[in-house]
Amino acid sequence: MKKLATLGVMTAAGLSAGAVSAATLDDVMARGQLNCGVTTGLVGFAAPNANGEWDGFDVGVCRAVAAAVLGDPTAVEFVPTTGKTRFTALASGEIDLLARNTTWTFSRDVDLGFEFVGINYYDGQGFMVPKELGVSSAKELDGATVCIQTGTTTELNLADYFRKNNLDYEPVPIETNSEAQPLYLEGACDVYTTDSSGLAATRAAFENPGDHVILPEIISKEPLGPLVRHGDNEWGDVARWTLNALIAAEELGVTSANIDELASGTNSPEINRLLGTEGTLGDMLGLDADWAVRAIKAGGNYGELFEKNIGENTPIGLARGLNAQWTDGGLLYAPPFR
Amino acid sequence: MSDTHAQSVAYVRDTMLPEQAPPVTEAGVIKWMRENLFKGWFNSILTIVSLYFIYQIVTGAFPWFANGIWSTSSLAECREVLDGATGACFSVLTERWNQLLFGFKYPSEGYWRPTLAFVFLIVALAPALYPAAPRKMLFFTGLYPFIAFWLIWGGTILIPLMVLIGVIAGYFAFKRFERQSFAMGMLAGLLAAVVVIWAGGLIPSLLPGFLALEAVPSRDLGGFMLNMILGTVCVSLSLPIGILLALGRQSSMPIIKWICVIFIEFIRGVPLITLLFVANVVLAYFFPPDANIDLVLRVIIMITMFASAYIAEVIRGGLAALPRGQYEAADSLGLDYAQSMRLIILPQALKISIPGIVNVAVGLFKDTTLVSVISMFDLVGMIRGPILASTEWNGVYWELWGFAVFVFFIVCFSISKYSQWLERQLATDHR
Repeated sequence: MKKLATLGVMTAAGLSAGAVSAATLDDVMARGQLNCGVTTGLVGFAAPNANGEWDGFDVGVCRAVAAAVLGDPTAVEFVPTTGKTRFTALASGEIDLLARNTTWTFSRDVDLGFEFVGINYYDGQGFMVPKELGVSSAKELDGATVCIQTGTTTELNLADYFRKNNLDYEPVPIETNSEAQPLYLEGACDVYTTDSSGLAATRAAFENPGDHVILPEIISKEPLGPLVRHGDNEWGDVARWTLNALIAAEELGVTSANIDELASGTNSPEINRLLGTEGTLGDMLGLDADWAVRAIKAGGNYGELFEKNIGENTPIGLARGLNAQWTDGGLLYAPPFR
Repeated sequence: MSDTHAQSVAYVRDTMLPEQAPPVTEAGVIKWMRENLFKGWFNSILTIVSLYFIYQIVTGAFPWFANGIWSTSSLAECREVLDGATGACFSVLTERWNQLLFGFKYPSEGYWRPTLAFVFLIVALAPALYPAAPRKMLFFTGLYPFIAFWLIWGGTILIPLMVLIGVIAGYFAFKRFERQSFAMGMLAGLLAAVVVIWAGGLIPSLLPGFLALEAVPSRDLGGFMLNMILGTVCVSLSLPIGILLALGRQSSMPIIKWICVIFIEFIRGVPLITLLFVANVVLAYFFPPDANIDLVLRVIIMITMFASAYIAEVIRGGLAALPRGQYEAADSLGLDYAQSMRLIILPQALKISIPGIVNVAVGLFKDTTLVSVISMFDLVGMIRGPILASTEWNGVYWELWGFAVFVFFIVCFSISKYSQWLERQLATDHR
């Protein structure tokens, strides 16, 4: 009898776990804390610093959402996930939002049942080779040994690219980026391939970064973005428009420095609508009027986050490239706040 | 000798020759070297080649250690100080020392708590491991799990106190009914413990602030502390469970026997890493998201199950090695099952099993690093994740992994040295 009861409890628990997707926004508000899935550590994107506080570009998204919803950018429980555990953690309700440089693909969106709420970094797969190899194009890599992370989209892209160009290669499978660095430096592989942001970060940590070149070919599209569970559109909207608010803020010239001044009212209606001095956008989301003000204050607008964590003045030194505003020739294009 | 006369022999020496030193090649260091290092041309070549390699390694590695930098705050700064010379950046160890030991989220003003728990662990282990230690210290060993829990996880002291009272109540109930039968005593003890803990469980919720340390959630545990917690808890839990499983497997009662056989064979047939994935990923589907059973607890359960299955097999080997006559002797004394096991069979069987048990314990302790794969930040997880991914220390390998090797080697080597010592202590066979 007792066993039966236990089974019953477990079934009920299982059912209720299946039903977590109902009202994430209410759950988060009731809990007073956002559970945000991040990587276990990727230079510039998410890593705890010496004081144990999480820091990075993806972390900035978590903090902005927490600030918008709860009014406190530190009310985040960061749940570190690996490439293998990230999707189950989100699907099981352990986390509310996954901001872990995840590539937006058809099957992840449709088949796995997730909702990508936008793109916070446009990446693409590239190659890095030692300068002394004298290679200047990926087309010359016939017969090369290639270090590649297993279980990622980069593995498939590489196979596709080499087959298309009729080239041979020998893969050297590795688990994480930090394993790839010594292998590549010891010469266990001629080429290292991963997302070009990762290549730049890796090269920046080398003793002699100048001895290595990143080849000009980008062989894949890797739009990285935060995602939530399917079926809870209200929560998806909150996450999507928080990200859009950060992007729009940069476009409109709203920074963490001048936001207090602008939030008291300007003569630009769009800024006023974004910052809640005009219209009822916050209401529609189920939040209060100055949700976006708090989100932008948390870590600055998109451009500020980028510069602080991965921009040209950091050791990683990424250029804006595709991640510039559409007005500057990039791909960032936030829909209008209206 | 009576035929020997001075006139029939040319010369007879009548004093002893003074003792002479042996030839220089047959004594001391040179003799030892001749016998052990340069015996025959093949050995000589091997010795010379080995010496060459040792020389290369030492001269190659020495500047790396000697030039080590201990006080910079990032890899770039360290390389600047080294300025092209060979040298280690040990400053990653000094800068991230606390993170390596305690993880990155344990409150820094509470570092003394796990440290104190570790010191107490040594004190608590002493009477259990060394027969020479005063027996009264076993009292502290019994208290230790509760003290350690309170120190590491914090919260009010009432929670471990209530559990302790429950355990004591269980013990007295056991003593009370043990006269009738061992099984009865066990049952009564278990029942009493559960009732007391359940009833006493209400008190801590009334007084949450009573003698409370700052509560630390399990998710915040990390570093080598996590390896130590997992290793100690799982080894000490899996030993009694393993004994029960081994006895159960030999039982003549079919249901108990088959439950034990299936459990042992199933667990031994599954890799630990899959059990950990089950603990981390699959179990999460069965619980409502807010009523999550603590991840560390889930992992402890899985590793304990894994280790007990292995220990059960080791102990079964010990039981099987005992001569049949020992069992029969116990029966002929009129002892019942529980008595014969406790007094005659198990003491001998466990002694035989010591090397095997230590082998499992050492393996298990090293296996605790597998939790880094399910995104827990034990020592290896800290290195692989946060430290190597920080902008300051991205690219430091030898120093960090060398440190991890060093720490694990110390612990595992001492465990194995201890077991050799224990075997010599318990050696009663006449070799």
